[in-house]
Parts: sequence; C-alpha cells; structure tokens
Amino acid sequence: MDAINYDSELRRAGANATEGWRKLVFLGRRHVLGSVGLFFMLLFVLAAAFADLICRFDPLAVDSAHALAHPDARHWMGTDSFGRDVWSRIMHGARISLAVGIGSTALGSSIGVIVGLTSGYLSGWVDLVFQRVTDILQALPLLVLALIMTAALGPSLPNVIIAIAIPLIPTVARVIRANTLALREQPFVEAAKSIGMSETRIALRHVLPNTLAPLIVLATAQLGSTILTEASLSFLGLGIPEPHPSWGRMLSESAAEYVRTAPWLVIFPGIAISLAVFGTNLFGDALRDILDPRQRG
Amino acid sequence: MFAYLVRRLALMLVTLFGISVIIFVLLRVVPGNIVDILFAAAGYVDQADKANLERELGLDQPIIVQYLKWIGGLLHGDLGYSYVSEKPALDEILPRIPITARLAGLALLFSTSIGIPLGVISAVKQGTRLDYVLRVVSLSGLSLPSFWLGLLILMASVSLFGTMPIFNPNPKTWTEAFAIYCVPALAVGFRSAALTMRITRSSMLEVLRQDYIRTARAKGASNASVNFHHALKNAVLPVITVIGIEAAFLIGGLIVTETVFNIPGVARFLVEAIRWRDYPIVQNLVMLMAVVVVFANFTVDMLYAAVDPRIRYTD
Repeated sequence: MDAINYDSELRRAGANATEGWRKLVFLGRRHVLGSVGLFFMLLFVLAAAFADLICRFDPLAVDSAHALAHPDARHWMGTDSFGRDVWSRIMHGARISLAVGIGSTALGSSIGVIVGLTSGYLSGWVDLVFQRVTDILQALPLLVLALIMTAALGPSLPNVIIAIAIPLIPTVARVIRANTLALREQPFVEAAKSIGMSETRIALRHVLPNTLAPLIVLATAQLGSTILTEASLSFLGLGIPEPHPSWGRMLSESAAEYVRTAPWLVIFPGIAISLAVFGTNLFGDALRDILDPRQRG
Repeated sequence: MFAYLVRRLALMLVTLFGISVIIFVLLRVVPGNIVDILFAAAGYVDQADKANLERELGLDQPIIVQYLKWIGGLLHGDLGYSYVSEKPALDEILPRIPITARLAGLALLFSTSIGIPLGVISAVKQGTRLDYVLRVVSLSGLSLPSFWLGLLILMASVSLFGTMPIFNPNPKTWTEAFAIYCVPALAVGFRSAALTMRITRSSMLEVLRQDYIRTARAKGASNASVNFHHALKNAVLPVITVIGIEAAFLIGGLIVTETVFNIPGVARFLVEAIRWRDYPIVQNLVMLMAVVVVFANFTVDMLYAAVDPRIRYTD
C-alpha cells in the first residue's frame, strides 16, 4: 500500500494549482455533487448555529390558541398540537441532530482508532480478543444495539450520543486495523525501528497519520447514518426526550394521526432529516473520491 | 473444508455467547425493573408486595444465576415468561415471526430485483447522465428515513383512497394482501435497493477494469455478452455479501416500518418490550435477531465457495 501523493493526483487531473483557494475551486467544479452536498451541510450547520436569530418563536413555547395552525405568513411551517412553531422547532432540531451526528461519530471513531491501532499493531492475543469483541458487536443491527443501549442508559442527549457511538466502533476498528497491518510492513516503519524509535512512538507518529485519509472518509460516511439513527430512536420514543425539538421525535408515532389532519407536521421534519443526511452522503462520496482514489467507483 | 466449517461454527457459538452476555448485563444495569414500573403506576409501594413480586419473577437472585437459568432454559426451548402478558415468551414470539419473515423476504426480493440490474446499468454506463441520475437516486434512497417514507405512503393512501391500510392477519383479497405486505416491504426495500445498487455498481466497475474483459472485447464479443456473460458473473460475488450485510440492515428498517404501519411483527414487538422492561421478551428477541444475522453471514461465506471455484476454504 503506497501513500497517495495528492498533489500529483491533482496535477494529473488537470489542475493548474495545488495550493489554497484555487485548489478548492478546482475540486468543487470537478465534484459538482460533492459541492451540492457541502452546500446542504453548510445550511444545516448555519441553521444550528443561528437558530435563535432566524426564528421568531421559542421552539418550546406552548400556544394552545394556535394549535395545529396551517402554514401561513406567521407560522411558516404551521404549528403542532401544542401550538409550537414548527419552523423554529426544525431550526433548533438541527442543533440536536448536529450534536448527535458529530458527537457520536467523533466518540465512536476515536475509540475505534484506539482499538484498531492497538489491535493491528500489537497483534497476538490482544488482537484476537478485540477481533472477537468486534465480531460480537457487528452481529447486532445498529438500531437494535442503539435501542438496547438507550434503554440501559436512559433517554438523554449524552446517552443517545454514547448509544449511537458504540455500534460505530467495530467498523472503524476494522478499517484502521487493516490499514495498520499493511503500514507495519512499510519500509519507513522499518527505518524508524532501525534508528531505535519506540513502538508507541512509531504507532502514533508514523502509522496513525497515514490512516487519517480512510478515517476521514469513513467518519463522513457514518455522519449520515448517525443522524438517521438518532431520528429513528427518537421516532420510536426512546431517543431524545420531550420537550427537546428532535426531528425524529417530531415525527414520532402520533404523526400517523396527523397524516390525515396536519400533513405539514409530517412533511417538514422529514425533509429536514433527508436533506441533512443527503448532504452528508453526497459530500462523503466526493471526499472518498478525492482522498481515497483506490476506492473510487 | 471440513476443518474450516468446524472452526467457523465454533466462532459463531462464541459470538452468540458473547451477545447473550452483553444483552443480559445491559438489560440489568437499567435503573428500575418491571416491578418498579408496575408499582410506580399503582402509585403506592408496599415493600413486602414488591419483594414478593421480585421473588416470583426471580429478580432477587444474583445476576449469574438469572443468566444461567435463561441460557439453560433456552437450550431446552424454554424461553421464560413475559412479565407483561404472563404468557410463555415462546408463545408470544413465535406467531409474530411469519409476519416479519414475509415482510423481510419481500423487501429482500425488491431490493435485489431492483438494485442489481440498476447497479449493472449504472456501472456499464459509467460517467453518463443516466449513471449520474441513478447514483443520485440511490444516494437519496439511503438518505430517506424509512419511517418517513412509510408516513408519506400513508399520506398518499389517505389522499388517494381516503383510507389507510390496516393490518389484518388473514387478508381476504389479493389487493388487501398487497396493501398489507407489499407496501410496507417496498418502504423497507427502497433503502436496501439503494445499498444493493451502490455495491453492485462498484463491484461491477472493479470487474470491468480487469484484463480478461479487455481480452473479451478484443476478441470481438458483443457489449451485452461482455457485460452480462463475462462481467456480471464475476461481479455477483461481492453482491452476495450485500445480502449478508442487508440481514442486519433490514432488521433496522423493519423495526421502524412495522411501527409506522402498525404491523404486529417481531421487530415492532422488540420496541414495545423495551418500553415495558419486559426482559424475557427483549433478550430472546435480540438473540433471535443475532442468530439471523450470524447465520446469514455464515450462509454467505458458504455460498462464496459454491459460486466461486477460486475460493476453497482450507485451514
């Protein structure tokens, strides 16, 4: 496995600049879908960051006089059965989705990196034990494991983040382990050994940085699935507790009643989830093409 | 081959054992058991009554004894009793399996029959507009939550027919059976089809780059012959893996879809049992799902050897 030289890859692709701003513009033009994905992701992040500024209503304020109001100039996306403004709930819901998405991806990936690196580098019985544990965790569907974890930990934002992070560990650990095994045989690792570098230092300074590209690709790909899992958990009533405006919660089972009477309660939160996940998926695909040309397909 | 089979089966048992321990322990670190919930609902707590009930349900025993009892029973086909209905867990679970199995089978059928051909087309037409469109469609399929898709279908059904499909265990007409099984299966299968398509496309592209494909073209073989005869045959191998991965993927989709469509299958039952802290049901259902996933992956590995003569398991 050779390290990829991104600059020469870029030059081969016809870029006349491999630095800074112009490089980004070049990549953006070549990966139109990825740019669209980035645009949706930016919208998502901006909604989360400036939710307070772009909403006229408090997402938790109950106003029973205006319950189940149709979308109009006052309530752009209507109101729910408590008279809470759907637009501001969706904008504030972006915060929860983003917190869970980034939080559990970061947590799951960092533990996965530690497990994968140790497993691949030490091999022997440590590797064997870690491998069996990943086998066990992978035999359970993501949603089932997350459901059991939230049931065990209790519904709250930090617990949902942990519950979704744990099923991510085995996937990350597998990829990092495979990369570590390949990198361990590289001449530069041998060279580092021969000048008397300690094993830990080699693992952290030489092997780890070289696994970053596949890690970034994997983490972006998983961002979308964590957002979806949080939505599913909250939809089932076992994720983020009321009254927090989680997109999945807004669609929870009672939504089946509103299918007849208040379709805006079903349509808008669903669009929010889909766009956020679609954006991260598009962006993740483009990132994979750029950072990991071997996987290009 | 035989040695490999034995080793593989032994590993499967280790995995299942590990799952049983993890599930059992996780369910018992939950603050508050069924007894607490029942008494909280009643509004008063008589400590003696509470202790009695805990003894009756075996919750006063050490966790290891509880675990051994469960596993011992499992090996005899005794799954314990549901805390909620007080019926044997087996009687609660068994009748729900065919419902979910039918949905899962139909969803798998949809996902392979739509996903594989579209994946092949997308790969053969790589870089064209058609490929672009198909890729965006498959990516959006992966981005739509299946419960939302289900809700949209219900909404469409209300506006078109003025009614929603209501589950009935014995559908009388073909249209009713279609509404009850095929529609939810489509909602689940759409996501899986997207996944199948993506993996088929990338494995097909991998194969199309091989030397023997170029040789076949150089010999003057027609496009269709190269694509379907030479390439697809070899690309089918990774696609079989997809079906293994999808076992786990489908269960996740079924959990939310059965909830949306109000279908009394095993997947929705898991959510209900978790809410009720009905441990005997939850632990047995999770074991059932783990067995399905582990066996699906095992079958896929065996199929590999059957489909690809290059693979011979030796150890």
